[in-house]
Amino acid sequence: MYTKIAKTAIALSSAAALILLAAAPAGAMHIMEGFLPPLWALIWGFISLPFLVAGYFSIKRQVEVSQKFLVLIAMCGAFAFVMSSLKIPSLTGTCSHPTGVGLGAILFGPSAMAIIGVIVLLFQAFFLAHGGLTTLGANTFAMGIAGPLVSFLVYQLMKRLKVKSSTAVFLAVFSGNMMTYIVTATQLALAHPSDGDVMTSLFKFLGIFALTQIPLAISEGLVTVVVFSVLEKYNGEALKALKVIA
Amino acid sequence: MLKKNLIFIALTLLLAAVPVIVLKNAEFSGADGMAEEAVMAIDPEYVPWFEPLIELPSGEVESLVFSLQAAIGAGALGFILGRMTAGKKEVDSRAQQG
Repeated sequence: MYTKIAKTAIALSSAAALILLAAAPAGAMHIMEGFLPPLWALIWGFISLPFLVAGYFSIKRQVEVSQKFLVLIAMCGAFAFVMSSLKIPSLTGTCSHPTGVGLGAILFGPSAMAIIGVIVLLFQAFFLAHGGLTTLGANTFAMGIAGPLVSFLVYQLMKRLKVKSSTAVFLAVFSGNMMTYIVTATQLALAHPSDGDVMTSLFKFLGIFALTQIPLAISEGLVTVVVFSVLEKYNGEALKALKVIA
Repeated sequence: MLKKNLIFIALTLLLAAVPVIVLKNAEFSGADGMAEEAVMAIDPEYVPWFEPLIELPSGEVESLVFSLQAAIGAGALGFILGRMTAGKKEVDSRAQQG
């Protein structure tokens, strides 16, 4: 079906995407290196571990079904790569960046995004001093697991309710993005209660992250809808094969 | 589709531009830096127990690495999407000829 040139091009593009994935930096506004006590660092690391294992097998399985999916997974990784590198000004007078993992979660399910999330986070921790190794587990849980899980569930629910796909994608991405920052705020609050009171801290951290994040979640939702509509138009068969659209 | 997408992109740009125009005195620092300050305010005795492995020499170098990330990602994204859309057109035109 493919010409030799096409095959080579696909192989090259996959390789480029994989290199990029391996090099993938930026995620959300992650928890800073060293800012979770060792116990919490360990706990979140262990919580994230099974999702990463599941994610590895999920990606492996989908690539076995069709090599075309590998290109799509790579594309989702590239998308997360771009989105998470963009620190965007928000109405609170601070900057934050989108996560970009919602698209992949809608297409490939939440566990696959744990892998893409952790790669992005590792890259940022190594090359940008953004996030960190000791907070890798917590950040992976927020950006690679909790956010994508919410995006996935919201999308599935919308699909079942027969909502238009662009609306479904927007709502899924928006809620996943917000979830990531709500989890980040919760993780910080659990590790740093105000005089033993987790709730006070939670509202403090939520105030910093969540409000900043609302306009960004809207932006990420809109941009994801744009990319999704292109996929729907030009690669509808793959989306059908993935049971993303009917 | 194109028109709708252009509107969405314009809206996204607007969402980023409005804060900069409206909030003239804001610093637009990172939300993670603010969280760092909040941790220190809540728990003044907390000492971060691990330092980042690298220290980027300046904000310029940091933005270089960030833009590199965006460039690599955008390049791959454009390449894959470009192949996808071109491939579809090719198939369509072949179908018309055939």
